[in-house]
Amino acid sequence: MKKTAEIVIIGGGVSGLATAYFLAKMGMKDIVVLEKGYIASGSTGRCGAGIRQQWGTEMNCRMAINACDFYEKGNEILEYDDDIEFKQGGYLIIATTEKEHEQFKKNVALQQSLGIPVKHLTPQEALEVVPFLNISDVLSATYCKKDGHLNPFKVCDAFAKACRKLGVEINTYTKVEDIVVENGRIKEVVTDKGNIATNKVMNAAGGYSQVIAKMVGIDLPVYSERHNILVTEPVEPFLGPMVMAFQKNLYIQQVPHGSVIMGKGDPNEPRDFTIKSSWHFLDEMARIACDTLPPLRGLRMVRQWAGLYNMSPDCQPVLGSVDEVEGFYMAIGFSGHGFMMGPTTGMVIAEHILGQESELTKLLIGMLHLSRFEKGELILEPSVV
Amino acid sequence: MSQNKTIVCRCEDLTLEDIRELIKKGYKSVDEIKRISRCGMGPCQGRTCRDIVLSELAKAEGKDISELKMSTFRPPVKPVKLGLIERGEE
Repeated sequence: MKKTAEIVIIGGGVSGLATAYFLAKMGMKDIVVLEKGYIASGSTGRCGAGIRQQWGTEMNCRMAINACDFYEKGNEILEYDDDIEFKQGGYLIIATTEKEHEQFKKNVALQQSLGIPVKHLTPQEALEVVPFLNISDVLSATYCKKDGHLNPFKVCDAFAKACRKLGVEINTYTKVEDIVVENGRIKEVVTDKGNIATNKVMNAAGGYSQVIAKMVGIDLPVYSERHNILVTEPVEPFLGPMVMAFQKNLYIQQVPHGSVIMGKGDPNEPRDFTIKSSWHFLDEMARIACDTLPPLRGLRMVRQWAGLYNMSPDCQPVLGSVDEVEGFYMAIGFSGHGFMMGPTTGMVIAEHILGQESELTKLLIGMLHLSRFEKGELILEPSVV
Repeated sequence: MSQNKTIVCRCEDLTLEDIRELIKKGYKSVDEIKRISRCGMGPCQGRTCRDIVLSELAKAEGKDISELKMSTFRPPVKPVKLGLIERGEE
């Protein structure tokens, strides 16, 4: 392990690896990534791995468009010797309340103005996209055929391999124990495998971001929350798009490999680091999934697991530098959307650190700074699960 | 048939050669091999493959299997139809 580094990135998930990749690509040397487990062992590897451009704020739409463009060419850009398994089967988002239906009209107008190929469908038209959808309580649906999902392990594997080719040092099974700050500046990172002298640290620790921030004396207004997922046995392709419902709080998708992955949130989850599977989830998930897509009744579920959402007060991430400590950067608090935004996160943080900010980076860094919570400038996104 | 063509993971058709190749490439735990190859993610839930993968890793690293970490055992114990779970409380 290196003894000195230009930057130490904490977290070997998509945010940390994408940032390391863009920094290296833009010419930075001596980049070290620290990961306490293996690559994608945290929130990234446990997520539903969908990517949608159908958001309710311009900022999120633009972050997702940028990420989607990257993922479309991901195998080529990263020169990956495998496949990141990007399936653009679309997202079908269903409205089951009058309020959602009205919101979707606004969302679609915004999305179309940004060039996103989205359509507002009647329940009958939704049936043309997913023929066995239960439309008994569906008022309308929005559909964007360019949305989709990926294999999160392969995405991180691709970023990690590209990083190593560019000279990035990735240390797995290496736990950060402390960060030394002197006179308001980053000095050193202390790990269980030795110390690294550096002036820059990036916090990309996902569900543990608040633990890392505390090491430099910052009390983040975020918490972590378990979200369960289950997967079925693989079967022949039958479900094109990701089916999602905000009111019902669920998503269901069939991966190219054939298995169906589904998850839902639970408002009663405790705010801690638990990632054990819960029976309660399985019970509720089975009921709501079978009701929404009746053919699922015949599929066997083979496994369930859980991961952490790193929740911020407005369910939007915190990006960029902080006022309190010089050289400390963050890409945290994604509230369940970190994977899909990964390539944008990497690009934005790298441009910000190197002082080469594009228009999108300026916009995002300006809006997503940590100080927005104190100033009361919360960003209200109407379309979140 | 050579030993290398022996099927280790019947759910994903992975051979001993495939597993040894992954170990050689640097995937150094049952968890890492599971996530990159789906070995242990199939309907058998790793019953056949995970012990073999663990012993291959132990051999490659010159360690005893007791020194290595097994992947997490996740529910359910055996695959269950979602429709059955849906009707569970009746």
